[in-house]
Amino acid sequence: MMFAVAAGGVLVSMLLAMVRTLLGPTVYDRVLAVNTFGTKTVVLIAVAGFLTGRPDFLDLCLVYALINFIGTIAVLRFFEYGGLAGRQRPDRGAD
Amino acid sequence: MAMVIDGLSWILIASGVFFVVVGALGLIRMPDFYTRLHAAGMTDSIGAGCILLALALQSGFTLVTVRLLLVWAFLLLTSPVGTHALARAARAGHVEPYRAAPARRD
Repeated sequence: MMFAVAAGGVLVSMLLAMVRTLLGPTVYDRVLAVNTFGTKTVVLIAVAGFLTGRPDFLDLCLVYALINFIGTIAVLRFFEYGGLAGRQRPDRGAD
Repeated sequence: MAMVIDGLSWILIASGVFFVVVGALGLIRMPDFYTRLHAAGMTDSIGAGCILLALALQSGFTLVTVRLLLVWAFLLLTSPVGTHALARAARAGHVEPYRAAPARRD
């Protein structure tokens, strides 16, 4: 019961984050909403593991948190510098 | 004892779900990018933290609790870094902060 309530609340908030992803006026809004969605997915995987009585899913949780963080940083680098190779436009991102 | 732990878990789950949903509402309702960043950061730190702590209480002194605390510590480390990187990228990308009265600079 407890875990079902948690899963329901996290699912509702994931829906709201998805709305912001679709609406988002700038690309940074979308990246922020996707990052939040990923964090909520981590929590949802943990809760789902307890809900089904198999808490072994927590390893997936850790891996998903890692991938979420790295993905956010990579996408931000892509939009800040125009590529993943390095700084190509030194007039932006220097401040 | 089990009842006390269950009650504490219920309180933590309720507050965690509250903060997660309020953070998601703020993500939709806030006026500009930087204030949305604030709402999303609250979801990451306290909402997820409360829910993971409640799960740790439910699992007791096992390896599962260690993993839950690892996930929690990792979220606690990466959330501020990601928020900072987002704010810096938006600043470099010329996203203007919201002002109550429109700034006249021309």
